[in-house]
Amino acid sequence: MSTTHEITAGFMPLFDSAVLVAAGEMGFAAREGIELKLQRETSWANIRDRIAIGHFDVAHMLGPMPLACSLGLTPLASETIVPFSLGLGGNCVTVSNAVWDGIAAHGASPDLDPARAGQALGALIHERASAGREPLRFAVVHPHSGHNYELRYWLAACGIDPDRDIEIVIVPPPFMADALAAGRIDGYCVGEPWNSAAVAAGTGQIVTVKALLWRNSPEKVIGVRKVWAEENPDALAALLRALHHSARWCQDPANRGDLAALMARPEFLGQPEAIQMPALTGRLQLGGGVEWNVEDFFLPFDKAANFPWKSHALWFYTQMVRWGQLPHTPQNLAIARDCYRPDLYRSALKPLRVALPGANAKVEGALKTATPVGSAGASLVLGPDGFFDGQIFDPDRIDAYVAGQKRA
Amino acid sequence: MLAGSLTILVIDENRIRASIIEAGLRDAGHSQVTVVHDVAGIAKRIAEIEPDVIVIDLENPNRDMLENMFQLSRAVKRPIAMFVDRSDRASIEAAVDAGVSAYVVDGLKKERIKPILDMAISRFNAFSRMARELEEARSELENRKVVDRAKGILMKSRGLSEEAAYALLRKTAMNQNRKIAEIAQSLVTAAGLLDPLGGE
Repeated sequence: MSTTHEITAGFMPLFDSAVLVAAGEMGFAAREGIELKLQRETSWANIRDRIAIGHFDVAHMLGPMPLACSLGLTPLASETIVPFSLGLGGNCVTVSNAVWDGIAAHGASPDLDPARAGQALGALIHERASAGREPLRFAVVHPHSGHNYELRYWLAACGIDPDRDIEIVIVPPPFMADALAAGRIDGYCVGEPWNSAAVAAGTGQIVTVKALLWRNSPEKVIGVRKVWAEENPDALAALLRALHHSARWCQDPANRGDLAALMARPEFLGQPEAIQMPALTGRLQLGGGVEWNVEDFFLPFDKAANFPWKSHALWFYTQMVRWGQLPHTPQNLAIARDCYRPDLYRSALKPLRVALPGANAKVEGALKTATPVGSAGASLVLGPDGFFDGQIFDPDRIDAYVAGQKRA
Repeated sequence: MLAGSLTILVIDENRIRASIIEAGLRDAGHSQVTVVHDVAGIAKRIAEIEPDVIVIDLENPNRDMLENMFQLSRAVKRPIAMFVDRSDRASIEAAVDAGVSAYVVDGLKKERIKPILDMAISRFNAFSRMARELEEARSELENRKVVDRAKGILMKSRGLSEEAAYALLRKTAMNQNRKIAEIAQSLVTAAGLLDPLGGE
């Protein structure tokens, strides 16, 4: 097929850019008539700035970032929409060996159980506070990130106030493991391979994972400048089809070796192939020689992973409100509701006759097991999608959910 | 008001570029300029300096950390926002194109800041141009060296004069639609393989 669309896409060197990278490098974009120009960036702020001024048409973004842009929470913000999700899960919480020893003494086991690890961390924090020691310092990649919200959700559900009992700072993903080794931070929440990197270096221990805090939960997305999407509907639809085929390829276990080799290249992650594998297999080295198999650790395609659920966007919105990033108003809620665009995803994929969810939102936490759902033609399996503390998020009852949220 | 009454912090890991910016600011009459190359301990430095304007290169991977710090004004006593306001699209584009961004404390007038950003943009562009020219000169020099070595190989192994050796390289390059330096590099590599002792 001849090239009919030229699309420039920004990405950050993280494993969950895989679907976008493979779309360009494995020929999926070319097959849809797209010349996809991939440009690696050094910060989310750069991605935001370059998409705002038109250097990028689309970009690999943190799930809450297009919301923050559309809600005016960041400088140089522009209206950004989300027609495609790049996957579910993929993050871990990693702590220093010293903190691990501390929480192990308070009952944590190397089994990734968020409730028990959180309780033990709470006990360690109180012990340190009574001894007059400085609060522990945790790092996340960005204030408007799934990492920030899931770390805070976990801590708060375990009785730890993330603003009062610990300190949360921002560190770029590739620097996390070094900052932990140097003692500048005591723990962090980040995507792979930056957790496995600390374990491999012998300087960190993985205590829990996103896939257990909120099962099959949203992480990175494709953010699109709204004006560009409106002016280039055919290019966007072609891109979404290319991403769909790429995501299916990335999910296939037969392609793991090729995908790891692709992501290992210096222009993408520039990290050894071996360290990409835990993200693909879900078999994590937790530290201290313990290996653990995590179900649905990172899904680039399965379980409708690419569908931009409005309930995902709205949960991010409730966390922005919870942690004081913006007030809960009907106007803000309306902006958040319009940011993720399942309609664009559905119309682009319709010609492919693949299974698509019929609803735009779901009650998060309602599916206790993997559940087949009947929808347009072929079959589709969703979930489980539970929060570790058993809470339910019903996007039709946002006021009650927001009112019921506590800081700890 | 005197230009020099503004306190300016330049954060740039590239020392040469940072000193070019600093010189530009001093030339423009700003005397309170601090340059920082490493962001370790930056919160403390900002609290000490209390800058009115912060200039950062876009390649700095710590921009997310810095922006978060500016928004949480506990670390920096006064709130700091990105300077380039949305109405001034040309300035925004010029700054991002040049690879620089600037942040200012709330309440400072645009007219006072614009000359600083304009200066930073033009100096960043000048630096990029200089770096590009330097790179071109360096590769030109490398090319000349490899062509000289290839000529030497041809002169020795085929008994050609220097002009004849060069003419042969040029003819081969034209026939293969490649650059003379590429042909010369291939020849040097091949000669090295054929003669492991390295005597050309």
